[in-house]
Amino acid sequence: MNWRAIWAIMRKDLRVVLQNKGVVLPIILLPVILFVVLPLLVLLLPAAMGSTGAGSNDLQELLAMVSPGLRAQLEGLEPDAAGAVFFLVYMLAPMFLIVPIMVSNVIAADSFVGEKERKTLEALLYTPTTDGELLTGKLLSAWLPALLVSLLGYVLYSVTANLAAAQLVGKPLFPNLIWSVMVVWVAPAAAAFGLTSMMLVSVRAKTFQDAYQTGSLVVLPVILLLLGQAVGVIYFSIWLTLGLGLLLWAISLVLLVYGKRTFHRTELIARL
Amino acid sequence: MPDPIIVTHGLTRRFGDTLAVDDLTLEVHAGEVFGFLGHNGAGKTTTVRLLNGILTPSAGQASVLGLDPMADGPALRRQSGVLTETPSLDERLSARVNLSLYADLYGVPKAEVKQRVDALLAAFDLAERADDKAGEYSKGMKQRLALARTVIHEPTLLFLDEPTAALDPVAARQVHEMILRTAREGRTVFINTHNLVEAQRLCDRVGVMEHGRLVAIGTPHELARSLVRNVSVEFELAPGSVEPAMHALQALPIVVNTGQRNGTIVVSGAEREAIPDLIGLLVNAGVRIYQVTPQEPTLEDVYFALHSDAEVKQ
Repeated sequence: MNWRAIWAIMRKDLRVVLQNKGVVLPIILLPVILFVVLPLLVLLLPAAMGSTGAGSNDLQELLAMVSPGLRAQLEGLEPDAAGAVFFLVYMLAPMFLIVPIMVSNVIAADSFVGEKERKTLEALLYTPTTDGELLTGKLLSAWLPALLVSLLGYVLYSVTANLAAAQLVGKPLFPNLIWSVMVVWVAPAAAAFGLTSMMLVSVRAKTFQDAYQTGSLVVLPVILLLLGQAVGVIYFSIWLTLGLGLLLWAISLVLLVYGKRTFHRTELIARL
Repeated sequence: MPDPIIVTHGLTRRFGDTLAVDDLTLEVHAGEVFGFLGHNGAGKTTTVRLLNGILTPSAGQASVLGLDPMADGPALRRQSGVLTETPSLDERLSARVNLSLYADLYGVPKAEVKQRVDALLAAFDLAERADDKAGEYSKGMKQRLALARTVIHEPTLLFLDEPTAALDPVAARQVHEMILRTAREGRTVFINTHNLVEAQRLCDRVGVMEHGRLVAIGTPHELARSLVRNVSVEFELAPGSVEPAMHALQALPIVVNTGQRNGTIVVSGAEREAIPDLIGLLVNAGVRIYQVTPQEPTLEDVYFALHSDAEVKQ
C-alpha cells in the first residue's frame, strides 16, 4: 500500500468537502442539534412548564411502557431523575448513531458521486494509484472525520447533559459504560455502515444531491431502534449495544465486499 | 527509426453492440508526436483509456513502454501522463494545491515537490494566480494548469485528449507552443484531436480513425500524396493574361478561379500528372506564365477524402 498516495486522496477529498456548504452544514448542525439543543430541550422545557401536572403524568405513563430491564435500571430514582436518566442515557442513545452514519454518508456522497459529477474522477484514475489505494483513501476520508465528529459530539453531549441534569440526578451521568461502548465500538461501525451503503448508492447516483437524498435512508434503522425503545420492545443494555455494534460491522463488511466488486477503474471509467 | 513505444495488435473494445475500437493495429515510436484524428465518437478516447490500463480490451493486445497496460497499469501510469478531454481539475482548490496533490499521487520525491510545482506554475504562466481557486480561471488557464499537472511527474509518454477543444485561438496557440516545447524535451506525445490544423502543425505522423477503425496512417505528407489525387495549382500570369487563361481552360473538367492576388488564377480538381499539360495548354494559348505553385494538400483534404470514401463504402 502506498500510504502517501492514500493520504493525498484523503487530503484532496477533505479539502474539497470543506468547500461544500451542502456537506459542511449538516456536519456542524447535526451534532449541535442532537448533542446540545435536544438534551437542553428535553430537560429544560418540562422544568420551564412546571415539573408537576400533565407533563409529569405523561412521563409516568411513558416509563410504565418501557421494558422491564430498563425499568429496573431506573428503580430507586425520583420521578424527575428517572425521566432525565431515561431520556439522556437511553432514549437519545440511538440518536447518537445518526451522527457517525450521516457524517460518513454525506462525505462519502461528495467523495464518490461528487467527484463523478465534477468530472474530476478521470484524472484520478490515470494516476498510478491502485484500485485498493484509491478505495482506501476514499473510505478513510469519510470514516475518520465521522469518528472525530462523533467523539467531539460525545464530549459536547456529556458536558451539556451533565450540566443540565446535575440538579435532578445529583451526580454526573457521563461518562458511562453504555455510551463509552457506543463511542469506541458502535459509532465506528455506524460510520462504516453509512459509508459502505453510500458506496452502493454511488454506483447509480449521478449527482451529489441524488446520492445524499437516497443515502439518507440509512438512518431508518436508527429510527426503528428509537421506536423499539419507546414502546418497550428493547432497551440499550450493554449487551444490546455490543450486539448492535457487531451487527453493524457485519453489515458493513458485507456491503464493503459487495461494493469493492464494483470499485474498479475499468468499471468506474465505463460509468463516467 | 526509434523503437516503438506503443504497439497494439488487433486491439478491440466493444460496448454492447457498439465497436468503439475495432481491431486496432498500431505502432508509435519513441520521441514522435503522433496524432490520432477522428470525429467525436471515433474511438480516440477509448484507445487512450485502453493504452493506460483503465479500460479492459474486449480482444487484442497492447504494449506501452514495454508494459502490458492491464497487468502493469500502475507501473505504466507512473511513466505516462494523460491530459483528459475536460481539464478534470479540482476547481475548489488552488492551482498550487492541485499540482501538489498530484505530485504526491504520482510519487514525485517529497523534497522536489515544492520546487517542481513552482517551476511548472512559472513555465505555464500561472505563477501570479497560483493560490487562486482553479474554478476562477479562464478556460485557457485551466487547460494550461491541466497540462502542467500532466507533466508533474516528468513522464516519458504523454497522451493529450483534444488539448485545445473549446479554447479561443490565442489560448490554443499557447497550448500548442507548450506541447511543442514538451515534445522538444524528448517526450513521445500522442494527441487525440479532430482539429486538422492542429494535427498538421504538431504531428510527425497521424492515424485517422473512422467508427473505431484505423483507416489511414502516415506522415501528413505521405497521406496527402497517397490519398488526395486532385491538387490545386496557382498560376501567376503576366498582366492582361487572366482572361485568356480562363478562356483557354474553360473546356476542361476542372475548376478555375481567380486567385487572391492580382494576376493569379487557381486551378482545382486536376490530377498532379496533368500539371505539365495545363502549362502547355496555356503557353500554346499565348498566356505568359511567371510562376506555377502546386498547393500541397492539407490534412483537411486527406481527412475529407477518407471521410467521403467511408461514406461511399457505407
